[in-house]
Amino acid sequence: MGTYLDHAASTPMRAEAIEAMTPYLDHMYANPSGSHRFAREARKALDEARDLVAETLGCKPGEVVFTSGGTEGDNHAILGAVRRLGGVAVCPAAEHHAVLHCVEHVNGVVVRVNNVGTVDLEDLQRVLETATEEQPITVVSVMAVNNEVGSITPMRDVARIVRKYAPNAILHTDAVQAACWVDLREITPLVDALSLSAHKFGGPKGVGVTVIKTGKNLEPLIFGGGQERDRRSGTHNVSGIIATAKALEVTDKTRAEESVRVTKLRDRLVDEIRAQVDGVLETVPREHRVPGVAHICFSGLENEALLFLLDQADVYASAASACASGAMEPSHVLEAMGVERSWSNGALRLSLGHTTTDAEIDLAVSAIVSAVNQLRR
Amino acid sequence: MKVLVAMSGGVDSSVAAAELKAAGHEVVGVTMRLWGGESDTGCCSVSDVDDARRVAQQLNIDHLVFNFSDDFDKHVVAPYVQAHVDGITPNPCIECNRHLKFDRLSERARLLGFDAVATGHHARVERDDEGTFRLTRGADDAKDQSYVVHMLDQAELAYTMFPVGHLTKAQVRERAIELGLRTATKPDSQDVCFISKSGGRETFLGNRIPFRKAEVVNEDGTPAGKVEALELVTIGQRKGLGIPGGGPKQYVVEVDTPNARVVIGEEASLYRKSLVVNSIVWSDAADIDRLRSQNDVLVQSSAHGAAIPATVEILGNQEIRVLWAKPQRAIAPGQSVVLYNTTNSYVLAGGIACPDSEKVSLQ
Repeated sequence: MGTYLDHAASTPMRAEAIEAMTPYLDHMYANPSGSHRFAREARKALDEARDLVAETLGCKPGEVVFTSGGTEGDNHAILGAVRRLGGVAVCPAAEHHAVLHCVEHVNGVVVRVNNVGTVDLEDLQRVLETATEEQPITVVSVMAVNNEVGSITPMRDVARIVRKYAPNAILHTDAVQAACWVDLREITPLVDALSLSAHKFGGPKGVGVTVIKTGKNLEPLIFGGGQERDRRSGTHNVSGIIATAKALEVTDKTRAEESVRVTKLRDRLVDEIRAQVDGVLETVPREHRVPGVAHICFSGLENEALLFLLDQADVYASAASACASGAMEPSHVLEAMGVERSWSNGALRLSLGHTTTDAEIDLAVSAIVSAVNQLRR
Repeated sequence: MKVLVAMSGGVDSSVAAAELKAAGHEVVGVTMRLWGGESDTGCCSVSDVDDARRVAQQLNIDHLVFNFSDDFDKHVVAPYVQAHVDGITPNPCIECNRHLKFDRLSERARLLGFDAVATGHHARVERDDEGTFRLTRGADDAKDQSYVVHMLDQAELAYTMFPVGHLTKAQVRERAIELGLRTATKPDSQDVCFISKSGGRETFLGNRIPFRKAEVVNEDGTPAGKVEALELVTIGQRKGLGIPGGGPKQYVVEVDTPNARVVIGEEASLYRKSLVVNSIVWSDAADIDRLRSQNDVLVQSSAHGAAIPATVEILGNQEIRVLWAKPQRAIAPGQSVVLYNTTNSYVLAGGIACPDSEKVSLQ
């Protein structure tokens, strides 16, 4: 099945998660909101999943809301805050589009990022200070880890500034890319809301988790049967939620060990490429990055062409985000970081995960070196 | 051979891909994303990409999307806008072929190790006894597109395939139906892809350049009316000139951009004896010398216009004068003018019409 280096796009499901969810796709099919014994069994599994997620995230079970994924969580935090509280939404320029497009949609303010792709703390403070009584800042959304370049935001510093200069604002973090590599118990206490996507940590697609802290009220996006304490209506995706909880538990238990193993693989990947071809820029210094992401830019080539040759060699990677048509778009993240187009045209994201092996790294190095040489000849 | 086929999401390029696959080639489909702005016509919309991808899946070939929107802006859209400012009538689809399909895409294809680029144009590449590649008209007279791909020189012709050029449009549709392709009954695209049907050229240009009001005058200089946008006036135009009806039909016979003046006159004033064409691309550069001794040609100056008898005078490697056998209506500057051989079978050269054509009678 080739060399898969696109774990940040989606990582394979954990075997434990598939095993845990299977009964609920098969004979345990009751709706957990029902009032009979069969329904109560589903409800029990759902409640256990919620407890497990809360334990892993360091929050109360009642603060866990199951959603359809990261995009829904991001939308809920931003649109839900502005619809409930009015005011202005704020986010940095390198956010995922699920945050950025929401903030733009409600005419919010976009804050600068620094050259590693995390929020410019001085600019954040400046923006928060300019808020007025008529136009208070009601929600600030800052990603914990950047999905493209892998840089880690110092959330403690962000929280300090937001609490000081916009004490009434909801602080939300898109932690979708953090789950695999960062102990979320260190982040959850700093924020009012946090969103995750299950398929980024070995759960299924179409399931997410949003933490909404007690006392922080967001307008729901979806109305209906009042599930999730009226915060998110719709019949529970029981099997998906159970798999999500299991995947998160496994991720949490293996995180420390996996981080060490994957960091070694990633560093070897980049070091060996750099040893064999010139004109390679490591976009963000390693100390600012999560273990799973290698983001490098090659001078003198175009990543659409590079990705085609890698694809032909059965090496699966990605560049910037793709638009609805599937075309590569110039990266808004690299543009916000101030990376020159001559570099960003040749940007490549190689993302590693729990199934990545030494043999895959060997294949990837040789395919990348040969593709780069072909394109530069 | 390893062939990269440009798939717009239309029926011709769908069948082109199918023909290549059936002939045993290793085929990869690619859809070029060219226009990022709003549009409701033409190719390259998300739904067209969906169609191209689905056809590729049905044919079991890989499908890619290349984003060439920066190049499209630079080589097609920006010059299109500037041409209107300069009083020239551009042909953006031909410039897209010149700069995107048969330059940017073929360059990328070479880099990626493909042996040829293919498109769904109705034209043929044939090789004569001397080994020269000839861009030959498509088998379907009514659908022939050799005019819009006239800019291919020997190097590009050697690298280009037109797999549906030997088929009629009806046969193309039959093949698509036989294969169950979802594009089988899709209508032909007619319009410029970046101009929306609802807003038209006027809205598109109006959002990008200020329109200049212009005086409409008779040939003797007497005032006749006014137009709101000089940039939208083309030679030969009859409507929208703000002149009263009645009397002989009046045509735009001259667009005087520097002086913001539109000259109108009767049809007879539109006729010209000759036409200068520059930016010539020769299909085979050896034809320059051949035409010095035997200079009869046929000349086509619109996508589906007739090929008109004329002789040519070589003014330079990239410039010629066309001397019409019989006077012809003036060709708007900026239009593509393509020379065919005397049996009207293949392209000799093509270029862009210049403003300085010689009037029939200068009294």
